[in-house]
Amino acid sequence: MNIIVCIKQVPNVTQVKWDADGSLIRTGLPTIINPVDKNAIEAALQLKEQHGGKVTVLSMGPSQVESALREALCMGVDDVIQLTDRKFAGADTWATSYTIGCAIQKIGDYDLVITGVEAMDGNTAQVGPQVAEYLGLPLLSYALSIAVADGKVTIDQKLGDVARVIEAKLPALVTVEKEINEYRVTPIDKLIDAFERTIPVWGVDDISPDVVHLGLKGSPTKLRKVYSPKLEKGKVEMLEGTPDEVARQLVDKLNAKFLI
Amino acid sequence: MADKADLTKYKGVWVFAEQQDGKLAKISLELLGKARDLADKLGEKVTSVILGASVKPLADDLIAYGADRVLVAEHPELAEYRTELYTKIICEEAQKDKPEILIIGASPIGRDLTPRVSFRLHTGCTADCTELDIDPEEKILVSTRPAFGGNVMATIICPEHRPQMSTVRPGVFAVPAKDPARKGEVVTVDVNIESSDINVTVLSSSKSKKHGANIQDAVKIVSVGLGASDSTSFAAIQEIARLIDGEVGGTRPCVEKVLIEHGVQIGQTGKNVRPELYMACGISGAVQHTTGIANAKYVVAINKDPNAEIFKFANVGIAGDAKQILTAIVKAIKAVKQE
Repeated sequence: MNIIVCIKQVPNVTQVKWDADGSLIRTGLPTIINPVDKNAIEAALQLKEQHGGKVTVLSMGPSQVESALREALCMGVDDVIQLTDRKFAGADTWATSYTIGCAIQKIGDYDLVITGVEAMDGNTAQVGPQVAEYLGLPLLSYALSIAVADGKVTIDQKLGDVARVIEAKLPALVTVEKEINEYRVTPIDKLIDAFERTIPVWGVDDISPDVVHLGLKGSPTKLRKVYSPKLEKGKVEMLEGTPDEVARQLVDKLNAKFLI
Repeated sequence: MADKADLTKYKGVWVFAEQQDGKLAKISLELLGKARDLADKLGEKVTSVILGASVKPLADDLIAYGADRVLVAEHPELAEYRTELYTKIICEEAQKDKPEILIIGASPIGRDLTPRVSFRLHTGCTADCTELDIDPEEKILVSTRPAFGGNVMATIICPEHRPQMSTVRPGVFAVPAKDPARKGEVVTVDVNIESSDINVTVLSSSKSKKHGANIQDAVKIVSVGLGASDSTSFAAIQEIARLIDGEVGGTRPCVEKVLIEHGVQIGQTGKNVRPELYMACGISGAVQHTTGIANAKYVVAINKDPNAEIFKFANVGIAGDAKQILTAIVKAIKAVKQE
């Protein structure tokens, strides 16, 4: 049973800082593997332990994606492939899914593709379903568990407040929720191995795509502007005084706005 | 894929109407109101598309909430939502009808369905929007969404592909007034499903038992963070919520402490809310939480640390001991209400 896991390297937004003007400080943010993608890797490793086969992790991004792939190797995956090319840059979800889809076709021999539900930087939850569409695979999203038997994959699906059990024939694509498992900590022997490995880097020529669909040029959506929502909120008015005084001031304000 | 020269052939605003067990999702009504607004700005029509086993009776409601036309696709195989079947029918109809805009709720079903549809139609989709508008000069859809964990807002367009697609977070737009006198056209879609189209089987489906208060619809929310998670403070929070007819919400650590249920957790891994009043009690303001309150109108923050991040998101702030302040607020509200 061969499994491909798609992961994304993301800036650690939980460590975001603001400058004095209220702007986001973007530089120097550490990068991490999108946390739920580690759950995707863990799910793949557990399936491999039950059924044998191979786990390959794929990630598209700039050259520093290498560190995410080394971390994936540390978790115990068999192979990693880095998708890096200047022509891939600036891709929206459509162009990203197309590029990843081409790479998965190139890998060829797989039974299951697993991704995290969404990335913590973009939160679109689009790339998994779109890769499934490109590859013509059944999509089983929001998985709380994955089981494989008799050429079929079955998941517990968290569809909002509806809990479903859904099943499809392999090959298929599953997106996992973080509740699916606790991902493992790195075994020491893997750690040394992971840092000695050469990581294959695939570019445009390796995945034979239609180049008009790549990167910024191949992206149907365009970013018009980015702004900080906080600046619209205006300055906070701090109330001063004893607890009783500030409570009274607050209640007067809320009362004037018909909020109590 | 739409060639650039073809763009003028695309007309009208489509809304995917989500239903479960014959009941329309509230998000679909919210979208109809917004679609009406967008279509009026373009001088075009609103079409709602509904799929299910037996959903025709819902068409009148969709018209009453703003649709000019309803496409009804009925088939026993559509009873349970399934990505590929819904994608097939929506894409086939969209290729025939050529809508200029297609909006879908960013519900669990919508977020599963929309990417597949947009990929197949080779068009862009902006996810989880909090604002949609028409550019008055270019007459294109302008979608705004939080990005980077909710720390920035991004405005996104889809200039050369059609339909322009967006999903919208539940609770962002108001449900429009229902007008039972509105007239519209109901069109029955010819549904063809082959056995080769059915690749996913739903083995079981059940509503989860655990239910929080409907925090996403709440007009007033009093929210608890670790700094107000002691029993006295929490009792005061519950009392304030009762007095002002609000709901109690909170942060993830308070769910972990089993103070509140996951259903009322607010933030990145919980719910996004849009109340008129949001009282953040003992909440420091980590981005994981503030992402969920970006659409709160009036924010009151109470925290012992005067430099806490939460004050940057607040209209009114009180720096001090949560226990003393919350107890004093209960007293002050009772005095005003003469309770």
